[in-house]
Order: sequence, then C-alpha cells, then structure tokens
Amino acid sequence: MLLIPCPWCGPRNQIEFTYGGDATVQRPGNDAPEAAWEAFVYMRDNPSGPHDELWLHSAGCRSWFKLRRDTRTHDILGSARMGDELGGESP
Amino acid sequence: MRYSIFSLARNALTHHQHWPLAWRSPAPKPRYDAVIIGGGGHGLATAYYLAKEHGMSNIAVLEKGWLGGGNTGRNTTIVRSNYHLDPNAHFYEYSLKLWEGLSQELNFNVMYSARGVLNLVHSPADMDAAMRRGNAMRLNGIDARFLSRDEIAQWIPNLDCSANARFPIHGGLLQPRGGTVRHDAVAWGYARAADARGVDVIQQCEVTGIRVEAGAVVGVETTQGYIATPKIGIAVAGHSGQVAAMAGLKLPIESHVLQAMVTEPVKPVLDTVVTSGAVHFYISQSDRGELVMGGDLDFYNSYAQRGNLPIIEHVVAACLALFPSFGRMKLMRTWGGIMDMTMDGSPIIAKLPVNGLYMTGGWCYGGFKATPASGWLHAYTIAHDQPHPLNAAFTLERFAEGRVLDEKGAGPYPWAH
Repeated sequence: MLLIPCPWCGPRNQIEFTYGGDATVQRPGNDAPEAAWEAFVYMRDNPSGPHDELWLHSAGCRSWFKLRRDTRTHDILGSARMGDELGGESP
Repeated sequence: MRYSIFSLARNALTHHQHWPLAWRSPAPKPRYDAVIIGGGGHGLATAYYLAKEHGMSNIAVLEKGWLGGGNTGRNTTIVRSNYHLDPNAHFYEYSLKLWEGLSQELNFNVMYSARGVLNLVHSPADMDAAMRRGNAMRLNGIDARFLSRDEIAQWIPNLDCSANARFPIHGGLLQPRGGTVRHDAVAWGYARAADARGVDVIQQCEVTGIRVEAGAVVGVETTQGYIATPKIGIAVAGHSGQVAAMAGLKLPIESHVLQAMVTEPVKPVLDTVVTSGAVHFYISQSDRGELVMGGDLDFYNSYAQRGNLPIIEHVVAACLALFPSFGRMKLMRTWGGIMDMTMDGSPIIAKLPVNGLYMTGGWCYGGFKATPASGWLHAYTIAHDQPHPLNAAFTLERFAEGRVLDEKGAGPYPWAH
C-alpha cells in the first residue's frame, strides 16, 4: 500500500487519492505552434526513476498537490502544495 | 526435429534422453540485416515472420533476460477480437485468425482453447453499449452473440445471476471464438520456429544504446558488444519509451503496472472466460485448474512489476460478488506486469521518425492476444519500410494529426483506457 503524504492532511492510505499524471507538463500559450500542443497533450517523459506527478486527495481535502515518487520502487520522495517546489531527489 | 507422434514415440523408447534443444544460444555476430529488441512473443513473432514471409534470415532477437520473461509470461492468456473501431476490429480479428492455426504453423502446441469470452452487462445502458459493439463486430465479420441472463445462468451455474446480486446481471456479449492460449508456449514456439529458419535468438543481451548517424540507425550497443544493423525493431512493451529514448524519441506512452493473480488449482468449475467492465474484473480457469483473474491498473506510473494491495482487494471483492462460491478458495500468487499505455488506448505498429527504426508497442492491456498479428505486421513494416493496410492506422503521427483510436472515449489519460 502507498502511504501518501497529503501536504494538507498528512499521510493517508492511497485509496483516498486519485492519480492525475505527470506534473511537469506545461500548458503552452494560446498562439503556440501545433507541435507544442501535441507535446503538452500527448508526449510524456515516462521516466524509470523519480517522477513528479499530480494527485487529488479526492476522499479527503479535495486538493490537488504534487508528489515525487520513484517509479522503480514506488518509494515516495516528497510532496508539495501546488505553488511550492518539491523536495527530495530531483528527477 | 519436427514434433509429431512418431518423434514422441521414438524418444519415448530412449527414455526422452535425446531430445534436441528447441533453439540454439549463439553468440552475436558483428552485423545483422535486422535486429529485433525484445525476446517476448512480439519480438520473436516479428523475427519468425521476417524469416518466413520476407526471406530475411540474417537477423537477431536480443533479449535482456530470458525468453518470455516479461509480459508474455505475466498476462492472463486471453485472446479475443471483440473491438468496436474498425482498425482495431480488423487487426485483432487477423490476430485471432492467426491464433486459430498457430499450433500447426509453428509445429508447437500453443493450446489455443476457443472457450469463449463473455462480457457481462449490468445495466440497460451497459446492454445498449454491448449490443452496439456486438453489431459492429458482426458487420466486420467477427462472431458475436448476445446472451440473455437466463442463458448465462444455465451455462455458468456458479455465477450469481439472481436479481439481488450486488451487480445484477442483465445479459452478456459472447465471442465464441475467443478463449485462452498457453502464454509461455507462444514465446517458445516462435523462438523454435524462428531459430529453425536461421534467426539468432540471443538471451542475456541487453541493448544499452542505439547508434544513429545522419538520421538513420547504424547499430545497437549491447552488454555483449556493438552490433551493426540497418534496421531495428523495438518490441519491449513497458520499456518502449526507454528504448525509443536511446534514439532521441519521445512517445505518447506511460508505463503502468497491471496485476493478476491465481488461486490454488481445483477441478473444472469454469469453462469460459468471464469479464465485467462494470466491476473491472475478468476470470478464467487455467488447464492446471487455477482460477486466473485480474482487474484494473494500479493507476500510477510504474516500472516495478509489482503492485499494491488495494487493487488485489478490489479484484477479489469483484470475484466474490459475481462468484460467491469461490470465497473458500485460497489465492496462491499475485504479480504485476508493466503496460505501455498509450494516450488513446490503441497500439503503435509503425515506422518511427528515424530511418531504419520501427516499433510494435503501446499495447495497453491488449498485448498478448495481439502477438501473432503484431509480429506479422511489424515484420511487414520492417521489410517494406512502410505499413500494411492492417496497421496503417497505428502510427505515431496519429496523435499530432488528431486521428486517435480511442476505443473507450477516455481522452488522453493513459491510465483510463
């Protein structure tokens, strides 16, 4: 079981959370070229190792936050509120 | 040696001491006409069809572990072609047709068992969707039958078809030609048949780099040294993104873990494959008697080949809701495999934007049943440097072009397909 540290509520069971995918993709500007939109919507680094991702504490505080997790081991390396920087080992 | 009743009898007389090895274990040559990365079902099938259909025998399959040790040995052995969208329907139906003749083709018993695949429906809306898909299948020439609740109750007596079941069953969509195949035998059968046609199947040989010069591949770096080749086919499932990145490419793929599990073996209790989309569950009984079951992804990126307990609990709960009598059985093993989940839930069998580089991947949950057609079409694409009509839609460019094949209509969320 993953024990996910919600930055608002503290460590909770993974069943309280909903996954939201890669937290590093940035929405391009409205006038960005098509390739930038393709990269934003579809292309992912999909790293084997530390991965910055979004989670929603759907059965708790209902807040989105960032989590850094190792995709090889499922070890959780840190979490942060949306505006803040993630600590732990950099991806 | 050709396997037959005569070779069996001959070897029985010598106490089975003199069976030849099913394939060689050669050292890699410095140069091949094509190199296939990944010695699972897809890679071995690619090599077999390159040799058989396209006359290319100076080719190698490079496997970092052992044959069929990845998803080929981790899936739940189900084959079917009950898809709605035309490109998927035609592709998986071609695959099912290859499954039907595969034991004869390879002279290796892959134990294809057309026991049927039954998709349960649990609501009127579910029924409409199943009817629509069933009709689409029939228009594509694929077998599909709608069964009423009473027909299902009579056929599968241990399935709870009562009105007060936790998830009441309204009926089901059956594909009679769907069923199961012995998964390890697929890797072994293709390896043996490819080897017999001169293909070098090289295990314990991990690809660590792809050498690209002037926009074209020239070879691969491996743990057993550099191998020159003008054509590389990638067939590595969950690690597609990692291998494509060696050639500087990014893919619309995320890797996720999918779990499966088996109970202790028991006498025959279930002679078909039962699935339920509503409760995210599927089950069949292996020839050894184990109940093989699985459900959804763990819903987070993973390369760990193991998952977590909440999904196992979900699968077991779904099993007991549908089959209350299985509650006394013990779960023997659980395991996980890494799925290459694409952004639209459909595969990529294509020429990549580096000359001489091809891939078959993005299999989501559907990789095992696709094995023969995937290998056949990957081989065709490599040999002709362009896709066959059957895989023309499975390009990498479809995402940029807005031609996605989103069977579920789930959008660009790979874990939702």
